[in-house]
Amino acid sequence: MTDARTHAHQMHGKEALRAEGIVKRFGSVEALSGVGMHVAAGEMLGILGDNGAGKSTLLKILTGYHQPDAGTIHVNGAQQVLGSVDQARSRGIECVYQDLALVNGLSIYHNMFLNRELLRPGPFRLLNHRAMRERAMEALADIGVNIPNVNLEVGRLSGGQRQAIAVARAVHSDARILLLDEPLAAMGAREAGQIIALIERLKARGDIAIVMIAHNYAQTLEVCDRVMLMQHGTVTYESRAAETSPAELLEIVRREYREMRGG
Amino acid sequence: MQQRNDPARAGRLPPRRSLASRLMDLALRPEASVVVVAIVLVVYFEATANNFLTDANLQTLSQFVAAPVILACGEIMLLICREIDLSVGQVFALAPFIMEKAYNVGIPVPGAIVAALFVCALVGLVIGLITVHLNVPSFITTLGMFFLITGITLTISRGFPADTPNAGVLNNILGGWGYAEFLWALGLVALMHIVLRHTRWGLHTIATGGNAIAAAEAGINIDRIKIGNFIITSTLGGFCGILEAFRIGSTDPLAGGSNIMFLGVASGVIGGTAIAGGAGTIIGGLVGGIVLGILQDGFTLQGINAFMFDIIIGAAILLAMIANIQMARWRGMRPQ
Repeated sequence: MTDARTHAHQMHGKEALRAEGIVKRFGSVEALSGVGMHVAAGEMLGILGDNGAGKSTLLKILTGYHQPDAGTIHVNGAQQVLGSVDQARSRGIECVYQDLALVNGLSIYHNMFLNRELLRPGPFRLLNHRAMRERAMEALADIGVNIPNVNLEVGRLSGGQRQAIAVARAVHSDARILLLDEPLAAMGAREAGQIIALIERLKARGDIAIVMIAHNYAQTLEVCDRVMLMQHGTVTYESRAAETSPAELLEIVRREYREMRGG
Repeated sequence: MQQRNDPARAGRLPPRRSLASRLMDLALRPEASVVVVAIVLVVYFEATANNFLTDANLQTLSQFVAAPVILACGEIMLLICREIDLSVGQVFALAPFIMEKAYNVGIPVPGAIVAALFVCALVGLVIGLITVHLNVPSFITTLGMFFLITGITLTISRGFPADTPNAGVLNNILGGWGYAEFLWALGLVALMHIVLRHTRWGLHTIATGGNAIAAAEAGINIDRIKIGNFIITSTLGGFCGILEAFRIGSTDPLAGGSNIMFLGVASGVIGGTAIAGGAGTIIGGLVGGIVLGILQDGFTLQGINAFMFDIIIGAAILLAMIANIQMARWRGMRPQ
């Protein structure tokens, strides 16, 4: 296992995303105080931390949803300002959010093309439902997700299926930097297993950099190549997944709790 | 990567479904139960009041149906994105007076209509901006607007009705001819149906009401969608008031109002649009409006008194809603 990981690490492509010295304040609260991260194509980075550690804020900065008060972001080696979700997306950064970002009342294919709809030629800019249906089926088959009918409303799917749709949507839209917000939360073992398998398939392609935010140390160490621990808006620990353990990470967090209790 | 270009995969389509399954789907569409109700009512009234399906009566019916259906087109868009406009009946009354004022200062009728619609669109814009940017629930924004516009209409009309300008053949097209207003309603239904089902605007409206966070995260500007739908609703309301003014030949400052607004909302809701947002159909709004019209017209033909009529309409709305919600539950329970 360890050998395989090390080997995989050596195969990582060039750096896809790098953030340095990211600071973000909300009013008087400093949510991030100088956070850095980096991830390469074919690599998977896990970001761990408690609620309020700043994981989600960092994620939202990387997707262009929030703008940092200080710090720089490099995408594929070039410094970029991610001023909006659209801008980040046009640089190949896509996030699959915790709340799934799917609309229950819409069909699978409408969800997969939400705000990127295919239009029929002509002056009226009408939706090309047929093309979207076909492309949605292709995209799902492409990453090995088996869903018989893309006309189904998303609200009628299971949590795992919806997560798969959300991931498929991101990859299909040419995202090469994939940010996953708690992709395994609130999921049974079997469904989590399917999503992990899907993530491994994406990683094996070698052209996608994946950043995953999670609570579960064991799961994260299992699927990621590298992990970093966030506490109070800073990165307090970083390691290759093969070189640490849930116990070690837990000990760091425990130490912090003890310090806080000790005052 | 190679898989992407696999020709066998490119042409793959969902498996064909049986006719029975398709019919079942059709029968469980939100509009379907209302269509059945409409047909039953037509049969019932034709059997009991033998002058129901006559040209004269159908013309009366079409005139009653037209306004609620046009207003429903806007309200349905708003209900889908979780908003409502209670003031659309007031804009309905205001628009003909703006048109008349513009006409009286020398602007020809088409220009006067455009000016009136522009004012209506502006009202929608103001409602939208207050609702979206000042976080006032649209129920409250438009309740305020309801009284405000009533006052404006009464002020500029000094409380008196006004004659509709005469523009020759245009008068007939805009409502003078018996079925004109209904044809406009059908045209607007077709247009708004296409907008809802076959344009990005419609899809984004459903997404905004269905999951606003998801829509925003997908990069949809939900504020713009909501404001746009307020503008659409007010403009349709004003246009409807103008059609009515051309049909009747004069316009009253107390025309429209809450009655016509609620008939519009009721048409949409009876037709299957969810009050909770995220789902709705324009065609359903048309059928819902027709059902309300048939009830009013049919009971009038039967000679039921006016007090009784409101009881029947109220009960009908409740029954239609219960049927609607039960149908939705049924659909949800169906195995895939």
